[in-house]
This record gives sequence, structure tokens and C-alpha cells, in this order.
Amino acid sequence: MMEHLKKDLVIVGGGPAGLAAAIAAWEDGIRNLVVLEREHQAGGILRQCIHNGFGLHRFGEELTGPEYAQRDIDRAKELGIPIQCDTTVLEVTEERQVTCVSEQEGLQIIDAGAVILSMGCRERPRGALGTPGTRCSGVFTAGTAQKFVNLEGYMPGKRVVILGSGDIGLIMARRMTLQGAKVLACVELMPFSSGLNRNIVQCLEDYNIPLYLSHTVTKIEGRDRLTGIEVSEVGPDRRPIPGTQMHFDCDTLLLSVGLLPENELTRGANVTISPVTSGAEVEDTLQTDRPGIFACGNVLHVHDLVDFVSEESFRAGHAAAAFVRGNLPKAETVRVSDGEGVRGVVPQKIRKGISEEVRLMFRPAQVFKKASAVVECNGREIARKRAMIFTPGEMAVVPLKADVVAGLDGDVTVRMEVGS
Amino acid sequence: MLEERIITCINCPMGCRMNVQLEDGAVKSVTGNTCKRGETYAHQECTMPVRMVTAVVAVKDSPMPLSVKTRTPIPKAKIFECMKELSRVTVSRPVHEKDVVLENVCGTGVDVIATRNLL
Ligand SMILES: Cc1cc2nc3c(=O)[nH]c(=O)nc-3n(C[C@H](O)[C@H](O)[C@H](O)COP(=O)(O)OP(=O)(O)OC[C@H]3O[C@@H](n4cnc5c(N)ncnc54)[C@H](O)[C@@H]3O)c2cc1C
Ligand code: SF4
Repeated sequence: MMEHLKKDLVIVGGGPAGLAAAIAAWEDGIRNLVVLEREHQAGGILRQCIHNGFGLHRFGEELTGPEYAQRDIDRAKELGIPIQCDTTVLEVTEERQVTCVSEQEGLQIIDAGAVILSMGCRERPRGALGTPGTRCSGVFTAGTAQKFVNLEGYMPGKRVVILGSGDIGLIMARRMTLQGAKVLACVELMPFSSGLNRNIVQCLEDYNIPLYLSHTVTKIEGRDRLTGIEVSEVGPDRRPIPGTQMHFDCDTLLLSVGLLPENELTRGANVTISPVTSGAEVEDTLQTDRPGIFACGNVLHVHDLVDFVSEESFRAGHAAAAFVRGNLPKAETVRVSDGEGVRGVVPQKIRKGISEEVRLMFRPAQVFKKASAVVECNGREIARKRAMIFTPGEMAVVPLKADVVAGLDGDVTVRMEVGS
Repeated sequence: MLEERIITCINCPMGCRMNVQLEDGAVKSVTGNTCKRGETYAHQECTMPVRMVTAVVAVKDSPMPLSVKTRTPIPKAKIFECMKELSRVTVSRPVHEKDVVLENVCGTGVDVIATRNLL
């Protein structure tokens, strides 16, 4: 059985990004659209993030992940937006032909007027680490453990060490502790944590869990199940220092060592991928270099705040609607590049001659105190944002005002400047 | 009794390390904060620390649990007792977001409510 359909807009992924994009496009009058979601329910990764702290920017209150997701699901339902769950997208071509498969509908091929990619990100797996040791069970990514505990009601272990001090790892340190496990340590390769201070205090310090900065796991022990690990201090070159080994008896090691945008489909569509963000290169409209294919949310670049994901995705939805209507003509662009101390500015291109506000988002390469992010065009300063602190753990946003954007006459660079 | 505590302000990425001087449990002085928010936080944290608790509870006839939260933060010292009370709760379908799952948890006056629908 194979069905061939035509849609004005196909949205790949029903997480917060896909939902926001669909809502925006619908509000602009696009009715012949569909959201395709692999899981049994929409909501994306937020379904397993049962802790609170979501939505402060967008709703002015602190919600849990499921509550945040539900607001968009409710809105989508109210509008009548079709969300087709249990459906995996297998391929998106450059010509915007989307192939997907589901048990109910079988194989479907959809010719789409526009496509929005919103597949989210995945965690770096164990293989990407190169930690020496046996292939025993008991080593999970923190997100996998989060899914077990929060969605499936199953505790993956009793004595736990966490490698990586990103927010997901910190959240899981507390979660496992509250469920009765003993979390022995959180081990971080870098001399600083990329997690929020709030999470360091409320997830580690509250439960007396030690944080070992500039340390890493150097050995994994156990035949069938993990029985222990060895942790060593690392030098400034991030290599283990001999003689600094510590041993922990544990049955579980959780890895929280970074997120990677999930871009197999994007590559398949011949979209240019940025080596810095690992996501598509986009214009200010969030259109990729393949006409009519847009990207937003964690598949574009890894966000720490879902509020920013929603904001970005609304813009993608509006732009895709304009494309479908023929109101988004191909335009010449200026290039936006990373200057000193800056990594992964999005968008990478701004259309020439528009007068709309553009938000530049990036991560500082290191911690900068009392610093400015400076935006320059042809060597001339066009915007500056000062802050007491910039950290790699927090995405920085510098808005360019509409009149500044209208005046762009050459390539743009964003760089950090200390002292202001 | 004099006491000294070192705490980290959580209100912004600066993460100021603050030195708090306490006398018989009352805050005498706060140093190390960069702005007023740090001082307010130090007072709160050293006299009446509170936390939101989020967790899951069992669902009758299903292995998949239901996510819940305290409606407002509860005293930090009550977190484990709260978890213990929640481990004894089993809910039956249907449950709607915001439905009360457990009233007045540990005598705090705070209810525990569902954070998703279970239909
Ligand atoms: C484990 C984990 C924990 C996190 N915790 C937090 C947190 O505490 N706070 C916070 O602000 N942010 C957190 N984040 C970041 C969070 O992912 C984002 O804030 C937000 O959820 C991203 O939204 P999204 O829609 O881009 O991606 P997602 O929420 O990941 O949604 C992507 C959706 O696309 C679907 N999909 C993917 N591929 C396909 C395909 N081929 N076909 C069909 N559907 C597909 C997926 O099933 C998923 O539902 C976390 C991320 C992870 C991975
Ligand atoms: S005291 Fe002020 S500057 Fe320092 S962390 Fe708290 S809020 Fe930030």
C-alpha cells in the first residue's frame, strides 16, 4: 500500500518546535498542513522533563515540561491542526518530497509546498566518548535514564556516578537521589560546569553530591553489569594526570556529555550543515539553502531554553507560510560570521534590504566577565550587548533593530570584547 | 550562637559566592553579592529554604507513572518525607492536569497536583 499526497506544508517532528511552527503557519491561513511525529504522542523531549523551570519567558510562570508541551498541544487541537503520530519520516528530498511510514497509513509520499524540519536533538552516545573499558550494561545517557524513570517507571540503578555536568546530568542526579538511589559524584572534564547555577545548587549541593571539575572517567569495570569506575584528574590539556585515580563502586554510569542536532534527514535533502552548530545553515527567515525547506528548534542549534525554541519556531512557521503563498522571494544575503570568542551564530545569513528585527544567537567560547558582544558590519560597530557575565552554558542573544538591518551593506561579524 | 555559611546565589549566571553571618538563626550580614537580589536570596535560603518537588506516582493497572508537582514550593527539610508519602500513592484513570493527587503533603498545607492528563 502506498499513498501519494499533496500538502502545502509538512512539519517533521511534533516537539515544541514543530508545534509552534504549525500554530504560526495555521494562524497565517495555511490549512493544508500536517505535523508528522514518530512517537505515540506529541510534545517531544519535554514529556520526560518532569521538573519545573520551563516557560518563564513565554508564559511568565514556571511550568514542568509536560505542562509546557500541553499548552501547545491544546492550542493545536483547538485550531484543528492535524498531528499524525506513530509516523516516522524516512526521507526528505531537495524537491520537498517527504516519505514517511506508519502502521495505520503504511508508506506515504507527500509532495510539500514547504517543509519545516524540527526533529530535535539527541544525546552524544557512549561510542562518541572513547572511554576505555568493557561493554558491560549499566552505562546510559542521562536522557535515556530520564525516560526510564519518568515515563516508564523503572529505576536503572542504585549507586550512580554522572559524567558531565550539563543540566540534564544535574537534573538526573537529583531525580535518582529522590527515587532512592545513591549518587556518588558528578564528574566534569572542563574546569567549569555548563549547567545552570540553580541546578548545581538545587540538584547537587542540596543532596551533598560532590562535583569534580577537571576530572574524567578513565576506566569502566564489570563483566555483565558495571561494578565500578575509575576517575582521574585532568591537566590543562584535558588529559588524565597519572597517579590521581579515585575509585567508585557503582552499578550505573550516566553520561551527560552534550547534545547533537539530529540531522540525517537534513543531510539527505542536500542542505548545507554548519560544522560549528551541527545544524543547517539558515537565513534570518530560518530557510535553509534549499528553497522551501526551513529548520527550527534543537535540530537547528541546541537551545537551553524551550522558550527560545518556541519563539524561533513561530518565526519559521510564519516564514514557511509566506513561502507557500509566494511571498518570500529569493533575496541576496549578507554573511554572518563568528568572530573572536564566539561560536555558532545563527542565522548565518541575513537578507539584504529588509527592515525587520533580527535576533543573533550564539554561544560564547568560554566564560567572559564584564564583557560585551559586539556586532560589526564592514568593520563598523552596529550593535553591542553588555553583560556582567557570558557563559558557554547559556545562549546569548543580540537583537539587531530593524533600521540597523535595513542599513546592512556588507558581511557581519559577532565577537566578544572584555571590559566595556 | 554565631554561624557562618557560604552559599551560591542562583538568580543569574554570575553565581556570586556569598558569605552569610548568622546569629541564633537570624541573618546578621551578607557579603559577596553583586546586587540586591543576592541579599534577598541569602535571607530566604538561610532562614526558610523552600523547593518545588516534582516526581511521579504509580498508576493503577499500568507500569507507566504519572508526573506530579507540589502546587507551590515546600520547606526544603520536607523533601524526602514528601517523596515517601508520594511513594504510597496510586492513582486511577482518568486524571487531568492540575487534579489534586495528594492533599496537604506532610502537613505543609500544600497539595500535590498532576502535571499531565491521563485519560
Ligand atoms: C534528554 C533531554 C533533556 C532536556 N532537558 C531540558 C530541560 O530541562 N530544560 C530545557 O529548557 N530544555 C531541555 N532540553 C532541551 C529541549 O530539547 C528543548 O528545550 C526542546 O524540547 C527542543 O524542542 P524541539 O521541538 O526542537 O525538539 P524535541 O523536543 O526533541 O522534539 C523533536 C520531535 O521530533 C520527533 N522526530 C525526530 N525525528 C523524527 C522523524 N524522523 N520522523 C518523525 N518525527 C521525528 C521526535 O520524536 C520528537 O518528538 C532537553 C533535551 C534533552 C535531549
Ligand atoms: S547577587 Fe546578583 S549578580 Fe550575583 S548571582 Fe545573585 S543575582 Fe546575580
